[in-house]
This record gives sequence, C-alpha cells and structure tokens, in this order.
Amino acid sequence: MFYIRVTVRDALNQAMDEELERDERVFLLGEEVAQYDGAYKVSRGLWKKYGDKRIIDTPITEMGFAGIAVGAAMAGLRPICEFMTFNFSMQAIDQVINSAAKTYYMSAGRQSVPIVFRGPNGASAGVAAQHSQCFAAWYGHCPGLKVVSPWSAEDARGLLKSAIRDDNPVVFLENELMYGVPFEMSEESQSKDFLIPIGKAKIERQGNHITVVSHSRMVSLCLDAAAVLAKEGIECEVINMRTIRPLDAEAIETSVMKTNHLITVEGGWPQFGVGGEILARIMEGPAFNYLDAPAVRVTGVDIPMPYAKILEDNSVPQIKDIIFSVKKTLNA
Amino acid sequence: ATFDIKKCDLHKLEEGPPLQAVLTREEGLQYYRTMQTIRRMELKADQLYKQKIIRGFCHLYDGQEACAVGIETGINLSDHLITAYRAHGYTLTRGGTVREIMAELTGRRGGIAKGKGGSMHMYTKHFYGGNGIVGAQGQIFETYNMASLWKLPCIFICENNKYGMGTSVERAAASTDYYKRGDFIPGLRLDGMDVLCVREATKFAAEHCRSGKGPILMELQTYRYHGHSMSDPGVSYRTREEIQEVRSKSDPISMLKDRMLSNNMASVEELKEIDVEVRKEIEDAAQFATTDPEPPLDDLCNHIFYNDPPMEVRGTNPWTKLKSVS
Repeated sequence: MFYIRVTVRDALNQAMDEELERDERVFLLGEEVAQYDGAYKVSRGLWKKYGDKRIIDTPITEMGFAGIAVGAAMAGLRPICEFMTFNFSMQAIDQVINSAAKTYYMSAGRQSVPIVFRGPNGASAGVAAQHSQCFAAWYGHCPGLKVVSPWSAEDARGLLKSAIRDDNPVVFLENELMYGVPFEMSEESQSKDFLIPIGKAKIERQGNHITVVSHSRMVSLCLDAAAVLAKEGIECEVINMRTIRPLDAEAIETSVMKTNHLITVEGGWPQFGVGGEILARIMEGPAFNYLDAPAVRVTGVDIPMPYAKILEDNSVPQIKDIIFSVKKTLNA
Repeated sequence: ATFDIKKCDLHKLEEGPPLQAVLTREEGLQYYRTMQTIRRMELKADQLYKQKIIRGFCHLYDGQEACAVGIETGINLSDHLITAYRAHGYTLTRGGTVREIMAELTGRRGGIAKGKGGSMHMYTKHFYGGNGIVGAQGQIFETYNMASLWKLPCIFICENNKYGMGTSVERAAASTDYYKRGDFIPGLRLDGMDVLCVREATKFAAEHCRSGKGPILMELQTYRYHGHSMSDPGVSYRTREEIQEVRSKSDPISMLKDRMLSNNMASVEELKEIDVEVRKEIEDAAQFATTDPEPPLDDLCNHIFYNDPPMEVRGTNPWTKLKSVS
C-alpha cells in the first residue's frame, strides 16, 4: 500500500493549485493571499505560479471584497474568497447570506453563485474572544449554503476540490491548529480528480457501544478518547461529519440504530448549535426508538473565549470530557 | 524652550496648528519617560513572546511611541479613546500601569482585564480597548458621514505606518492621502515621529471639536519597527535597510533626547537615570507578570452580563454546571 504523509496545509494548497490549473475561471482573493504567501501560508507559491490575475491581494475590507467575489461568481467566474479567519466574515456576512446563499432561490433558478468562502474557523491558541468563534452553526442555519468542515488532509483535499467544482456557494471551515498536522494519504487520493462528496459523513472508527459524532479538530480528540475507552472495553464508533450542511443524518441514524447511544462533540457554543441539530434530527427520525439513553452534546463552554491559558483550556472540550460523557451516557 | 515643528498638510482648513511648540523641562522629561517606558515594555513583550510566556497575537508599538504620548498630552483623561489591536501604548497613556499591562499579556489574574482579554483587549477608564477586528473602509465612511451630519466632537486618527499587515499602502489604497479621505471632514497630515508635532496637532484638533465645529481627521505618519504582529518577521515586504534608516534618522525618542540635550534642558546623566528607572520598572513588572498566578477557575464564567443576578452556565457537557456572577 502506498502512503505519503501530507499536512492539512499542503493538502489545501495542492487542491487549490490543481483546481486553478484545471479551470481558468477559478481564482483566489483575500488579505495577504498573494505576495505574503497567505497569512497561514495556505496559498504559498500560488501567486508566483499564477500571477496577479488569479491570486489577488485585497485591502483589509471584507464586506467589499466578499461582495466583489460574489459579483464575479454571478458573472461566470469561480472565486475562492478567503477570510483570514471566519471571525472576520462577520464583517461581510450580508454578502455571504443575502448575496450568495439566497440568490439562486430568489431568482427561481436563473442566477447561480459558484463561490467558495474558506478560511480558519473556531478556536486557536491564545487568540482570545474576538478571534476564536466557531461559525458552523451560524452558516449551517442557512438554506442555499453548503457548509463543509474537513478534519484530515484527505478531507481537506477532496472536499476543497468538490467545493470549488460545486456550482453553489460553499462555506469551507478550516482549522488553524490542524494546518500543520500530517496525515497519511492513499495513492488514489493523489489523483487530480480525487473528490469527496459534500454531504457524506465518514466512519473513522467502528464500534458497537456508542456513536460519537464530531467535526473538524474535535475528531482527533474523539479518536484519542476512543483509544483510552477501548482499553476499558468500551468501543466507540467515531463519525467524522465532514459536512455540516447538508447534514448526513442517515449515517448517524444507521450508527445509532446499531449502538443505541449517542454523543456529539464540537468546539462551538452549545446553544442552537451543531449538536443541538443532530439531537433534534435523531429525536424526529427512526433512530429515536433505538436510544437506550438520552443523547447528549459535548461542546465549548457557553462563554466568550478567555485569554489566560488555564481558562482557555477549560473553555473547550478536553479528551477527559468526552470520556466522562461517554461513560455517563452508557451508565444512564 | 521653543522648537520649530514641521508644518502640517491641511485639508479643508484655513489654518493649522502652530509652527512652533513650547516645551518645558518637566514636560520633556515626562514625555521622554513615557515613550521610553512604552519602548522598553514592548521590547520586553517581544522577549516574553519568544519564550512563549505570552501567547496568541501580540502587536507591538515600538516606533510609534510619539503618537500615543503626543495624543494624550493634547487631550484630557476625561476624554474618550478607542483603538485597534496595537493597543499597549494607549493602555499605558490612558492610565494603565506597566504591571497590569504585562500581567494581561501573560494571562494572569493581576492583568488589566484579569487575564481574560489578552493583548488585544485591554481597557481602562475612558479607554474602550483594544479591538481585534478591523473592517477598514466601509464603516469608517459611514462614521464620517454621521459624525459630520451631527457635528460630533470626534477626532479620527490614522496612524499611518505604511503597511496593512504585509501589504504596503500603495497596494491597498487608491488614495494614500488618508487625511483627505474624510472628504467633507477637515484633515491634517503630520509627522507622527515628533511628539511635539503630535501634541500641537492634537490640541488644535481637540479645540476644533470642543468649539462645536464637528469632527476632524488626523493622519500621523509613523513607523513600526516590528512586523505586524509577533508572527510576522516584518522583512518579507520591506527591507532591513528601510527599518534601519527610520531608526537612525527618525526615532521618536532619539529626536526628543537630541532636542533636550542640545538646548540644555537635561543632562546626559539625567536621561540615563530615567533609562535605568524605566528598565527597573519593566523588570519589576515582568517579574510580577511571570509570577502572578493565573486567574482562578471560578472566574471562568463571570462577566457575561452586567447587573444581572447570578446564573448557571453550561460547561462542556450537560452534567457540568458552572456559576456566573456579574
């Protein structure tokens, strides 16, 4: 078996490189994406290769450049609009929702908006309240948007390519702490046409006792928790959502009907969040009758992100919180 | 002594600030001390960041000291000030202590925001931070419009340090005459490296506002020695020669020092003594900042709402209920 180790950052870089080469309508714009090689170096080398017309540095004006990107998509180009972090997308959120997400509907199918909004989402390390918010629930709430949240390098590569080729607005939520993490990637994933379908979750670890559903960086913690629990004879089935919207409820239901127990794990705030949606779907669907205990959510603490390390560490789920919740659910 | 200061470029103003500034010995020593304190404090922060004792983002102010110090001398502590993320200098001039600032950077309970805000989120009386998100253009024009319409006594200040993170102003702005961008709002462009220039311009601007003439714009031409933040080496988009040139020809602290020495307003020994005192103050503050304990865990959920009864806050799972008091 052929495997190479690729970091999430490089997987994203390669995906964009290949899509830029494949389709001349694709271009990247955002702050520091060109000459600086990207604030987090995700677009390293692309400006050197493709030049000013395809890789565009914008002024620090999110509402403005997001609007310009949406207009370009409407007129037939395929922009990738980078937000340095999704916290800054709040400056431009009207363009994402009202100009991009809703337009195909409002025009009754006349006007599509093939755009990708991408950038790091959620908590990082020590960047405090205004730079640590998770936007999965906010964007996941909106019809007309596809919302993707990759975990591994393979997710990043396959989902970004799919997002760029998708004719609809896609919000692509990356994670800064995952950029440098290497993953083994199969030979077939190196193909230029390797695509991961949007809207399909992946079972990262099979198990019979409890279903653990997560997205993005939290998947790593779930797998770590599962390894610890396995030593005590508890086998977790860890599902990597890969896509927030459309939610792969079927994959979760199938798993719950097997394990009879469910917890969700996310970095974002609890109220009106991703976990809340999953639990509601399970309540409303065929899997409810298979639950032997209430399904619960493991989430970030319901506070703005504090700066001090001890406080920050206690503001997001830790492996011990996942283990604790699994055990409580199984004993209920 | 009296010093000649550079003329300001004017926009929609018949006359500008005076071309001369009077500096007393006391004022000179005070400005020198404050600027030196900011300089040493920022350099200490650089050290602590490299030792990973300061985390996250850290945007340093060294090179721009004359701006914060000059502005404060032109206004009163009872006036209101708000800034973006390069906030340590203003936190000091607005009444914060070096100890509180440094302890905030290291995330300790003695920090000016009890360790919960960090570098970008520092506050004191009449100082509204410290803000991390800066949508640069649209909002400012909306604000110019309303401030002008309603004749709000507001000084809009642009510290033009020539770069927006890694992008030079020429690549980001169709017009780099920021002091004119207020259009119907009068504006001044001045040398932000000269603390006296900044002071006189600020006094002039403050007088303009206080006399009911409405808002005014000030563009301070300045420079930052460090990169945009500690994650930015600051040399991929500008040359080391450029940085060195500014340091040797336009450093704000050197400029004040030379003026005072050549006019016999202070002796070399006196200024050296201030340097020693400042160094000691920074060392003491750093010592405090590295030994003060982190905030207590029961402070985690406090300060969500003001003047509200105590409430319960959900922890990471439904069985963990935490307490929040105002």
